[in-house]
Amino acid sequence: MSSERTTAVIGASAEKARAEAEREEAAAALEERTRSHVRTRVVRAVGLLAALGALAVCVGLSVSVGAKPIPLSTVWDALWNNDGSYDHSVIVELRVPRAVLGVFVGAALGLAGALMQGLTRNPLAEPGILGVNSGAAAAVVFAIYMFGVTSPDAYVWFAFLGAAVASVAVYALGSGGRSQATPVRLALAGTAIAAVLQGLVYTVIALDDFVFDRIRFWQVGSLVGRDLELFLRVWPFLLAGVVIALALAPALNTIALGDDLASALGARLNRTRALAALAIVLLCGSATATAGPIWFVGLTVPHVARAIVGPDQRWLLPYSAVLAAILLTAADTLGRVVLPNGELEVGIITALVGAPVFIALVRRKRMAQL
Amino acid sequence: MTATETPTETAVRSRSRRARPARILRFGDRVSLRVRPRGLAVGTGLVAAITAVFAVLLMVGEYEIPLDKVVLALAGGGERLDLFFVRDVRLPRAWTAVLVGASLGVAGAVFQSLSRNPLGSPDIIGFTGGAATGAVAVILLFGGTMLQVSLGAVAGGIGTAALVYLLAMKRGVQGYRLILVGIGISAMLLSVRDYLLTRADLTEAKTAQIWMIGSLNARGWTEVIAVLVCMALLLPVIFALAPRLRLMEMGDQTAGALGVPVQATQAVALIAASALTGAAIAVAGPISFIALAAPQLARRLLRSTGTAFFGAALMGALLLIAADLVAQRALAPAQLPVGAVTAVIGGSYLVWLLYREWRTGRA
Repeated sequence: MSSERTTAVIGASAEKARAEAEREEAAAALEERTRSHVRTRVVRAVGLLAALGALAVCVGLSVSVGAKPIPLSTVWDALWNNDGSYDHSVIVELRVPRAVLGVFVGAALGLAGALMQGLTRNPLAEPGILGVNSGAAAAVVFAIYMFGVTSPDAYVWFAFLGAAVASVAVYALGSGGRSQATPVRLALAGTAIAAVLQGLVYTVIALDDFVFDRIRFWQVGSLVGRDLELFLRVWPFLLAGVVIALALAPALNTIALGDDLASALGARLNRTRALAALAIVLLCGSATATAGPIWFVGLTVPHVARAIVGPDQRWLLPYSAVLAAILLTAADTLGRVVLPNGELEVGIITALVGAPVFIALVRRKRMAQL
Repeated sequence: MTATETPTETAVRSRSRRARPARILRFGDRVSLRVRPRGLAVGTGLVAAITAVFAVLLMVGEYEIPLDKVVLALAGGGERLDLFFVRDVRLPRAWTAVLVGASLGVAGAVFQSLSRNPLGSPDIIGFTGGAATGAVAVILLFGGTMLQVSLGAVAGGIGTAALVYLLAMKRGVQGYRLILVGIGISAMLLSVRDYLLTRADLTEAKTAQIWMIGSLNARGWTEVIAVLVCMALLLPVIFALAPRLRLMEMGDQTAGALGVPVQATQAVALIAASALTGAAIAVAGPISFIALAAPQLARRLLRSTGTAFFGAALMGALLLIAADLVAQRALAPAQLPVGAVTAVIGGSYLVWLLYREWRTGRA
């Protein structure tokens, strides 16, 4: 009897000691984790700075490389004291606007792609695949045909409208019904809606040569001949999109846990979704309106970013934006030198580079569920 | 199907909707023929509809010809102008529409049957996009003749389809992977095509664009004969393979166990269907969505459990000939390329198809 009690007492104290040890261990682990968290955060911040540095190099190249190579020292001169010479005006009037546009269009597309993939938890989500491009193209065609709009400045608003309407339609079709919007469903919905729009565009093109002549240049995404004026019109939308996107990052992290868990944790799913959709339309709309349809940047870049920083949206979003800006400026610069004469539009380069990435993603054994 | 319905109820309803069993006609002891009443009725109806639209196509146009004069002209009499329009202009065009539509319908049925997926049509798996890019490349880079353009289209289409198929292969081809790879490859090809279009002068670019949409304008007897020869060679092959293909829809293993040589059937059917699509595209350009919609519509009309190859042929012919009527008359005197009409109608049909499938939770 007494020996039993002794055993129990010894058992209890052993229990207590073990619990103590565990607590200490946990505290140490927590401390270690915090330290490693801080370390990761520092590494990531440095990485982001490095990416920004790379972007600066790309912009520099973009300004100096071209049909007429211009040394960086002249570029510097042109920026600060423009003497009106040929080189200087090429830089100030053509190349600088183009580089600036490249940075912002790229950042918008990358951000929109990351946002879409985070929101739909769909590794294949991409502005182009979700019908943004075809919507914008159809709207521009109708604007030219029905209202005789001819200046790219005025295309902007129609492109915006078309992109918004088409992406909402695709999303509604892809996510309607009983089950969740799967990657395949969204891609197919995008194809279907794009087909209808394409048919309408064909009809108009067949009727009117003038429209065709305009649209064939617009529908290849490009940064050529887009002046700063255009950018000055869309930047407020772009900025609003960027701000909303970055502010949504923590909420998107919660959504990534799954709808049930997220709402149990108090996330406001519908509000987050609506805001993210708004940001996507603002970002894609302004990018497509300025540069025309550009495929696959929004698809590929977030995957690269995810490989670098992991799934945390607070880092993923800024990384995607910067990396996409690098990709687009680099592709644009490459397009100027790759052909012996003339240029390859940036939209073509990104499609040729991006489609293989898309196919590689499709071929992966298990399609990653984000 | 509503959310509250139980699986049993659904099964009961679908059984009650299934076509009545085939009847067997016997001629003596040796010869017997299975007749499906519904199949016969639908087939007759489709042929009647095709004939009616065909007749209308011969009558209407900028120069209207009443029916009695059309009949007279077909028999070889009447005024010279009537004769010219009916026999040299409108008749070959209508025949081209019927034959191309039927080819696309059958080819689409084969593709859908092989991928076991209503979306596995040449449009989705990149065949059409490849053909368009091939043709545009020939027109713009070499300024080729009609024949060269057709060859370029066929080469582009078959090359793309093979590429898509190979890329989608990874321990067997899965329907959805095939479709997604097709979307990726198409995007790439379309950007190449758009690039080529910006480098050409307006007239050439316009020619290429119209060709790429798919059109039946000014198709003559040469084209009719070309498609007819291809169909005569390929359709018997496909119809002969049809029973095996229907068995393979139950799954490759089941079909193999039932004695179907799966790999060989797959390869032969794929080649035949690609060639048939190629012929259709060579003659009329890559007309979209007939291959997607015709087999599905035929199957629904016939309420058959497997793919209905013959029904798909008739339905394809009807769809294309009707679309051509719309293309000619909708915005007359402006003439639309028929591919624009099929894209709008077919795209809407695809939207509806997806909506329905997802609403009922089948995909």
